[in-house]
Amino acid sequence: MSDTKRGQENGATVAAKAVDRGPSPFDPEQVRARFPILRTYENDERLVYLDSAATAQRPDVVLETVAKFYRTENANVHRGIYELSRRATDRFEGARSTVARFLNAPDPTEIVWTRGTTEAINLVAATWGQEHIGEGDEILLTRLDHHSNIVPWQLLAKRVGATLRYVDVDEDGRLRLDQYEALLSERTRLVGLNHVSNALGTINPVAEIAERARSVGAVVLVDGAQSAPHIPVDVQALGCDFYAISGHKMGGPMGIGALWARKELLEAMPPYQGGGEMIDVVEDDHSTWAEVPHKFEAGTPNVAGAVGMAAAVAFLQSLGPESVVSHERGLVERGLERLRAVPGLRLFGPPDPEHRIAVFSFALQGVHPHDVATILDAEHIAVRAGHHCTQPLMRRLGVPATTRASCWVYNTPDDIDRLVTGLQKASDIFA
Amino acid sequence: MIDRSTPDLGDLFQDIILEHYKRPRNKGALEGATVDIRMNNPTCGDEVHLYLRVEDGVVRDVAFEGEGCSISQSSISMMTQILKGQPVAEGLRVGELFKDMMHGDPDAAKSKDLKDARALQGVSQFPTRVKCALLGWNAFEEAAKKG
Repeated sequence: MSDTKRGQENGATVAAKAVDRGPSPFDPEQVRARFPILRTYENDERLVYLDSAATAQRPDVVLETVAKFYRTENANVHRGIYELSRRATDRFEGARSTVARFLNAPDPTEIVWTRGTTEAINLVAATWGQEHIGEGDEILLTRLDHHSNIVPWQLLAKRVGATLRYVDVDEDGRLRLDQYEALLSERTRLVGLNHVSNALGTINPVAEIAERARSVGAVVLVDGAQSAPHIPVDVQALGCDFYAISGHKMGGPMGIGALWARKELLEAMPPYQGGGEMIDVVEDDHSTWAEVPHKFEAGTPNVAGAVGMAAAVAFLQSLGPESVVSHERGLVERGLERLRAVPGLRLFGPPDPEHRIAVFSFALQGVHPHDVATILDAEHIAVRAGHHCTQPLMRRLGVPATTRASCWVYNTPDDIDRLVTGLQKASDIFA
Repeated sequence: MIDRSTPDLGDLFQDIILEHYKRPRNKGALEGATVDIRMNNPTCGDEVHLYLRVEDGVVRDVAFEGEGCSISQSSISMMTQILKGQPVAEGLRVGELFKDMMHGDPDAAKSKDLKDARALQGVSQFPTRVKCALLGWNAFEEAAKKG
C-alpha cells in the first residue's frame, strides 16, 4: 500500500470523529471561547478581531495538534523504516487526504503541499505556465486579483513574451462578465481569478467563468485563499484546473497551503524545485522524478503545518459548513445595514448579501484609513488599512487605500456594532 | 495576557495637526523648482511629491503635492514652514531633531526650531505611525542629496 493510500484511511478516521461530534447550534461566543488569543488578549478588554482576511486566529485544537505532533509523532516522512517515521508519514498523508476531501478533489495525490496560496500560484506559473504559455499568448486576470495572482504572471509574461489582460469590475465590485466574454479568445491560455475577493468580499461566479474558459481551451486557476474559510468548495463542481488555498486564513498554521490540480496536468508538468523527496533516481547528469504529488515537494516538507492545517479543516467541518455560511450571512446583513447608516461612509463591494462574504471595505469621508485604524485600535478593534495587496483595484476604485473589516466564525453582531461606534468616534475627532 | 498600555489618542490627533491636515500649507506644484522628488510608503500608500527652489544653498521656496493620512500630510505641511528661507544644511539639522523626537528623545521635542512640528511628538508613542511622520523629511533628505 502506498503512503498516500494509507494516509487516506488515516484521514478518514479524522473526518469520522468530526462528524461524530455533530453540528451543534452555532453560537459565536462559544466558538470564540475556543480561540486562546481571543480569550486572553487582555484582562478586561475584549479584542474585536476584524482582520481575518489577513490571517485568521487559530483554535486550541490546531495548536494542540501541532504541539502533539512535535511531542509524540515527529520524524522525517517517507524515508524511515522505523515506527515513528511511519506514523509521521501516516499523519502527513492523512492530512493530504483531509484537504482533498475538503475541496472534494477526486484523488488525494492531486494535492500538492506548498507554503501557501502565493507559492502555489508561483508553482503553476513556473511549471505549467513556462511550458504552455508562449509569445503572443494571453493570460486573463481580473481587477479583483491579489498581487499574488498578478505578479507571478507578470514575471512569466516577461520571460515568455505573453500579454496580461484584466477583466474589469462594475461599480458594485463585481466582475464584468460581458467584458470577460469579449476578452476571452483563442489566444487565452490561462484565466486566473480569486473565488472570493480579499479586498471587497465579492464571491465570483467561478463555475460560469470556468465553463466559458474551457470553450476556448484555456485553463482556469482559482485563488481560493479567501473562499476556503467561508464557503464550501467543490473543485469538481467548479470545473477549474488549479485551486490554491492557505492554511493560515482558515485557522491553520502559517507557512502551509495546498495546490489542487487535475491529475493529468500535474503529471505533465515539470518539477518546481529540485532536491530530496521529489526524485526517483539521481544519476550524475540527470534525474528522474517521483510520482505526483511528491514530484513537486522537494526537501523536507512542513509536516507539522500540514497536520495543523488538517486539524483546522476538521475544526471548520465540526462547526458545520452550513452553520458557518448562515452565521456569516447574518454578519453580512448586519454589517451592510449598520455601515450604510454611518454618515460619510462609502462602502465598496456588492450591495446584496448573496454575492459577498463578511468583508467590509470602506472609505470614511475626511478620515484617512490609517487614522481610522489607529482610532479603532485604541478601542481594541483590529482592522486593516491599506491597499490590501490589490493596487490595481484601488486605482480602479479611485482611492489610495481603504479600511477593511473582515469577519470569521468567532465574530459576533456585537463586534459589528462596536466597529460602527468606533467609526463614529473617528468621524467626531476629524469633524 | 499582553501588556499593552494604550497611548492617548488626544496626543496623536491634536487640533494643530488636524488643522494642517485640513488646510495644508504650501500645497501644490512649484513653478521654477530646482529639485523635486517623489516618495511613498509602499506598505500604506502615503505619497509626497516635494518641490524645492534652492539658490546658493538656501531653500527659497518649497511646495508639495501628496495624499495620505493626517500624520504624513500634516508633517509635510509643517516641514515646509520650517524649510522656507532656511539654508539646506539648517533644514537637514532640524530634520535630524525631528527624527530624534520621533524616536522618543524628549530634549529634541523642546526645540523651538521644530515650530508646529513639535505637536507631532505624540506620534512617537504609536510605533506603526512613525514612518508616516517621517515621509516628508525623508523626501527632503533625498532632495538635498540630489542637489
